Amino acid sequence: MDFSFLAQEEFLLALVDGLLITCKLFLASWICGFAIALVMANLRDVRFAVVRFVVSAYLEYHRNVPTVVQMLVWYFAMPELLPDSIRLWVNRGNTEFLFAWVALSLNVSAYFAEDIRSGVRAIPATQFEAARAIGLSALGGIIYVILPQAVRLTIPTLLNRTLILFKDTSLAMAIGVAELTYQVRNIENITFRAFEAYFIATVAYLTISLLIMFAGAWFSRRFTVAYR
Amino acid sequence: MTDTARNTMVEIRDLEKYYSSFKVLDGISGSVKKGEVIVICGPSGSGKSTMIRTINRLEEIDGGQIVVDGRDIHDRNYDINQLRSKIGFVFQQFNLFPHLSARDNVTLSPLKVAGMPAREASELAEHLLQKVGLSDKLDAMPASLSGGQQQRVAIARALAQNAPLMLFDEPTSALDPEMVGEVLTVIQQLAEEGQTMMIVTHEMGFAGKVADRIWFMDRGRILTQSPPGEFFNNPEHPRVQKFLSDMLR
Amino acid sequence: MFEFIQKYGLFYLLGGWPETELGGFAGTLVLAGVGVGVSFPLAIVIGFARTSKNPAFFIPASVWVYMLRGIPLLMILFWAYFLIPELTGRAMTPFATAMAAIIIYESAFMAEIVRAGILGLPKGQTEAARSIGLGYWQAMRYVVLPQALVNMIPSFVNQFVSTVKATSIVYIIGVSELTFVAQQVNAIEVTNPVRTFIVLAFFYFIPCWGLSVLSRKIERDIGARRKAANAPGKEIRI
Repeated sequence: MDFSFLAQEEFLLALVDGLLITCKLFLASWICGFAIALVMANLRDVRFAVVRFVVSAYLEYHRNVPTVVQMLVWYFAMPELLPDSIRLWVNRGNTEFLFAWVALSLNVSAYFAEDIRSGVRAIPATQFEAARAIGLSALGGIIYVILPQAVRLTIPTLLNRTLILFKDTSLAMAIGVAELTYQVRNIENITFRAFEAYFIATVAYLTISLLIMFAGAWFSRRFTVAYR
Repeated sequence: MTDTARNTMVEIRDLEKYYSSFKVLDGISGSVKKGEVIVICGPSGSGKSTMIRTINRLEEIDGGQIVVDGRDIHDRNYDINQLRSKIGFVFQQFNLFPHLSARDNVTLSPLKVAGMPAREASELAEHLLQKVGLSDKLDAMPASLSGGQQQRVAIARALAQNAPLMLFDEPTSALDPEMVGEVLTVIQQLAEEGQTMMIVTHEMGFAGKVADRIWFMDRGRILTQSPPGEFFNNPEHPRVQKFLSDMLR
Repeated sequence: MFEFIQKYGLFYLLGGWPETELGGFAGTLVLAGVGVGVSFPLAIVIGFARTSKNPAFFIPASVWVYMLRGIPLLMILFWAYFLIPELTGRAMTPFATAMAAIIIYESAFMAEIVRAGILGLPKGQTEAARSIGLGYWQAMRYVVLPQALVNMIPSFVNQFVSTVKATSIVYIIGVSELTFVAQQVNAIEVTNPVRTFIVLAFFYFIPCWGLSVLSRKIERDIGARRKAANAPGKEIRI
């Protein structure tokens, strides 16, 4: 192994830059995705059939089309559909990052929405009745009885999806976002030190992934104890 | 081998078991003669189920010795599957294999452990299912059987091992009351045939009928080992008196 | 739109075949099908090792699973592209390289399905099997696996869907599967990329959505059967 190429400042900086963009894309998409998911999970069961259909189509599209293709659609197709003024405004900024962010947020929101919904539905209705019976209001029942259980039930699946989102940030290289995988590929093309470049990226990905996985394992253990 | 050794089916010496730091079994000793029926009773949490599960090594032990038919059950040098095939075990929750018919549940051990020819195993299963009163359910799947019927299939499955010793872990506790009788009748029939058995149960009337001796357990120990007449009519130990009065209330 | 489908439909479906190797939608299906199919036996071995109490099996299997679950498929693809010629001394086609990467990647995910299936069965099943004298492997072969595999079917179908979607990134190393073909169409047409990529999305959507619906249905059926099995006395038909 020969890591001497790292002595050249530009390569080291490129790697650090790539890792930062990976993390930025991951966190930004997680936050937006979770916010959209909360809305979607609630809209899934409204009374208006039209709304239900639109929400369900939204969820199914994002769950059944590859994430890369969703990115490509945003990247190639959407600028065409936008009015000229907005397009000019968008193009002035960092378009690749923006589209990757939008695509990943929408994608993960569809999974989060289903996880949240099934977590809430897994709680027996008698729980809510019991909460009301001991004198809690409807809101109180949701806050003190339903939500704490729903959070415990959903966190492991949410963390699993979070791990997938983190790895999916690598797909953004397909539309030219200069995240970690993109930078590694670039360095390899210039220095021909494929092994070393891949090794560094792999260690970086693995470290963060393992943190997410261990958080998931920790929560599931805590959850089983809390329920006994 | 002395006469007593030859006539002994189970010999338990100073048996100890811990769940982390909690002592579930605290120096159990006792022996079961061939042909004897032992009923084990006592308050819940007294270690009855744990004790009976150690006898076919579903539970490992932390101290002492269990000898069944002259062999140390917890000796690592013996083939545990061969040892287990000499001991029939009936679970509280039946634990029938839901993907196999009644007949296939019964033939599995003869076929795969004893290496019996398929035809012979099938005939054995028919015979045993008839014995437990289920000759009309040979090919029924467990899900289509009532609890009492499932437990009788489970007994037939244990009998198919032709085991010199049969263990029952609260065989009727998971049953609706109207099904308890049909299962107890089968066990009583086995007792009359001279089958050596150890039975954990809360059915005191049944215990009085089938038991040669009753072991009373409390807090991981055997407090008394006495014939049913003595156990019911003039219990010496205050714990036994309290247990009986609680049961009869 | 109709004209577009007429012109490129077959290209989307089969790639340049028969002039070049099979590609397009068919290539995607081959990648995912062979990927899941070949990783299945590997996954059974790794999955069992993951449930083993013996550290000699448990530790290597766990390292394998955690490593592969923690690295993006893209990185595994790059590793395969770089390492396979290095180790074997022979260059491999992009298709074979992608195939190898997918099999290795999927073996970890499929193994976790197998593990969950084994651990998901009530403990009483293994105990009852052992108590009638079956050995460990006999208990697994005759009692645990037959039940666990049935319960795993929905997860396997879902994993196939995930794999179909995951293969869409292998165009990066030049495998002419569905997404690669769409990029080629885009290069030929130049105008109207919306149409090109919406059609691409539909090619993925239809089979993936169909299979997801199927898997949910199977899961409901298995759930209903399990419920009936746990409520003795009710007649059920299988």
